[in-house]
Amino acid sequence: MQVTVSVNGEEYTRYVEPRLLLVHFLRDELELTGTHWGCDTSNCGTCVVLMDGEPVKSCTVLAATAAGHEIRTVEGLALDGVLDPVQQGFTEEHGLQCGFCTPGMMLTARALLDRNPDPTDQEIREAISGQICRCTGYGTIVRSIRWAAEHATDEIVS
Amino acid sequence: MATIEERPIGFGRLRRKEDARFIRGQGKFVDDVKLPGMLHGALLRSPVAHARIVSIDTSAALAHPKVHAVITGRDLEAQGLAWMPTMSRDTQAVLATDKVRFQGQEVAFVIADDRYSARDALQLIDVEYETLPAVINARTALAPEVPVIRDDKEGQQDNHIFAWESGDQAATDAVFARAEVVVEQDMLYPRVHPAPLETCGAIADFEPAAGKLTLWCTTQAPHAHRTVYALLTGLAEHKIRVISPDIGGGFGNKVPVYPGYVCAIVGSIAVGRPVKWMEDRSENLMSTGFARDYVMKGGIAATRDGKILGIRVEVIADHGAFNASAQPTNYPAGFFHVFTGSYDLEAAHCHVRGVYTNKAPGGVAYSCSFRVTEAVYLVERMVDCLADELGADPAELRLKNLIAPDQFPYQCKTGWVYDSGDYENTLRKALARIGYDELRREQAEKRMRGELMGIGIGFFTEAVGAGPRKHMDILGLGMADGAQLRVHPTGTAQLGISVQTQGQGHETTFAQIVAEELGIPPEDIDVVHGDTDLTPYGLGTYGSRSTPVSGAATALVARKVRDRARIVAGAMLEVSPEDLTWVKGRWHVKGDPEQGATIQEIAMAAHGSVDLPDGIEAGLDAETVYNPPNLTFPFGAYICVVDIDPDTAKVTVRRFLAVDDCGTRINPMIIEGQVHGGLTDGVGMALMELIAFDEEGNCLGGSLMDYLIPTAREVPDWETDFTVTPSPHHPFGAKGIGECATVGSPPTIVNAICDALKPYGVRHVDMPCTPSRVWEAMQGTGRPPQ
Repeated sequence: MQVTVSVNGEEYTRYVEPRLLLVHFLRDELELTGTHWGCDTSNCGTCVVLMDGEPVKSCTVLAATAAGHEIRTVEGLALDGVLDPVQQGFTEEHGLQCGFCTPGMMLTARALLDRNPDPTDQEIREAISGQICRCTGYGTIVRSIRWAAEHATDEIVS
Repeated sequence: MATIEERPIGFGRLRRKEDARFIRGQGKFVDDVKLPGMLHGALLRSPVAHARIVSIDTSAALAHPKVHAVITGRDLEAQGLAWMPTMSRDTQAVLATDKVRFQGQEVAFVIADDRYSARDALQLIDVEYETLPAVINARTALAPEVPVIRDDKEGQQDNHIFAWESGDQAATDAVFARAEVVVEQDMLYPRVHPAPLETCGAIADFEPAAGKLTLWCTTQAPHAHRTVYALLTGLAEHKIRVISPDIGGGFGNKVPVYPGYVCAIVGSIAVGRPVKWMEDRSENLMSTGFARDYVMKGGIAATRDGKILGIRVEVIADHGAFNASAQPTNYPAGFFHVFTGSYDLEAAHCHVRGVYTNKAPGGVAYSCSFRVTEAVYLVERMVDCLADELGADPAELRLKNLIAPDQFPYQCKTGWVYDSGDYENTLRKALARIGYDELRREQAEKRMRGELMGIGIGFFTEAVGAGPRKHMDILGLGMADGAQLRVHPTGTAQLGISVQTQGQGHETTFAQIVAEELGIPPEDIDVVHGDTDLTPYGLGTYGSRSTPVSGAATALVARKVRDRARIVAGAMLEVSPEDLTWVKGRWHVKGDPEQGATIQEIAMAAHGSVDLPDGIEAGLDAETVYNPPNLTFPFGAYICVVDIDPDTAKVTVRRFLAVDDCGTRINPMIIEGQVHGGLTDGVGMALMELIAFDEEGNCLGGSLMDYLIPTAREVPDWETDFTVTPSPHHPFGAKGIGECATVGSPPTIVNAICDALKPYGVRHVDMPCTPSRVWEAMQGTGRPPQ
């Protein structure tokens, strides 16, 4: 079937199997490999992308379902070479180690800060609790997101 | 030129160099690699734990229009590839020929145009199984009536793998016989799984014209894997290139060679195109290297006033269907015999029996430091059991028995020589920082009100940095590591290392080591790793060995460069090299700091026209292989506070303080990150994680819906602190840190839980301490988990 999905502000039209998952559409069809796959059961959240600004697990969304929606992936976080404060926060506060969960975590953080620019630590933990990180123990991820909240208006050059 | 004071010092907090690509989504993991003409493989796995294969019919799968090949065990057998060596010198089926021996075992490999079609075709393969009784309980695996799992092995009459002991049994028995107090406790360190977020996978690309195989692979040990493939496939080792790109977490899970890797290689050779194989999450949890599964019967002997005299332990080690744990040849139980812990004892003895069961193979993984995890759990639980028996405070009991600073180097009763330590100082720092006395007062008040609060203490000594080549090898490969340093004319450098980061930050910390030694800024040093064609040989990253072994190699190769730079500087300044002194990246004339040359200036001169002494080659490049004289022994004092809901038995970890001592610290930010991650593993193991099986051998932990991993809501804000006791034999005094917290935290949490349950008379609860299990313990009906 033919689907047209808007990803990071660009429209992509592809012929795909109806069963194709959004995560595989992004990775295999569009070669946007920053979105990762980690489980089949919607538990790990490494595949999180934003659909119309809300975090979704792209392993449980069909590419066909995403048609007509606005998808934002990690590749769309930096705008015109300027890092999102969330990206800068993750490196400032050591919010990543192996880097595998990082894109999903950062997108969830972006969505959180968009609706709540000054979250408490508990609100941050709640927001990322649908995602697993095996490396960091979460404390530095919480700090990273708080850093982003505190530097929301800074100019960060890539 | 920067002044001497401004020149960089390597060690200290430094943001990671590798972050730049990861925060942009530009990491390159195996599954991100797409080669021209690449096909996709998928493995058919056994649905049962133990069965004879009667027949396999692949015709329908082969007829699938998108399928290129279907490979079975019989096909591999014809090429002598049906079985492969394990890292423990056992054999493991690549694809089953005769029997399947665990649920999830590899039976057939399909190669198709895309990943969806490959999995479709798996459904079309018809396998007839004749089911056999499954051996699931390690405790009874050696009973006479039990089926023999490994009937493929000539002369194998039972499910015995090995028997191994350490320490002095007679001396230990004598100590126990005369001791005023003896406490015994059965405990299980249950089967858990490292479950890295990235599952295992590979892309094999065999180029027939060149006869060269390139394997992109999720491996923590690319060089060792290359040697295994050479031995297994008969391809010449120089015709094999293993590339381990960005790795999405390893934790030991990515040390073994898995059947899927071999199938991808065979598949690429067979079809003449690159073949990618990536396992799914259930495959990862059900078939790849698990951890622990140690059934332990511990004993501790002491005087009435709390002097510990001896420890002994009997272990049944469940290794699954193939002994595929990756550990040094001479140590079938890994480094478990470091179970004497941090205490000065008179005698100790352990006896470990390894057995086969119809479960997935493995045993050494999940940041275990070759079974130090099990050892520390045993000793720290036993010390708390003793405290309970004596009515002693667990902190006081430990302080009374810790090895004293002046006893180092300390030879423990099972032969390890601990390099350095100041244990009491570290424990006292932890007690003061967390406010131990105040916590005890709070606990007493809460107990009066019927609230369940527990305070747990754990003190561990780790044994990391394997290891001296004369004692330690894996498959005959000595556990040394190489380093290669190239200094370019303009003063930037490239360091090649044999170890492989899976998130530990090698690209940053190893650059910092060179920076510290040579004065080249970290940003001017490119760290190359994970490609056997580009890096020197070595055994890889696991067992917290990167800093102790490869970090040492890096310092030493940098010192070689520095020594050569001295000769070049002498030629530049027209003085004898002996008249030069080294200060922060610069050789200058003794007593005359103005007369000198920076390492960058020397690099240009070394490649330029300066007249070098006879026998001195141009350039500054150097290479070395480091063979560690001993392991390093980091240690730490951990304190945990838990609250247990008396109505639901749910455990909440309220506080956790880790005071670690890993000797000289390269990058405190990264060390803290390593500790945080390990503590989270500890919460997982202590409270949630379990790979369980039913009586037929069905795996009950085969997805992340069943295998529970902590999220941000289950862990507290970690509190960390440190002391510094350098290793005397490491070139710059560092010890490993990667697995300390995974080793030290589980007993600390269980100690806290048992402390909270004191009013119920509970001495021990087996992990994972789920609400149901804690509830059973409170009712006095606790059973060991299966």
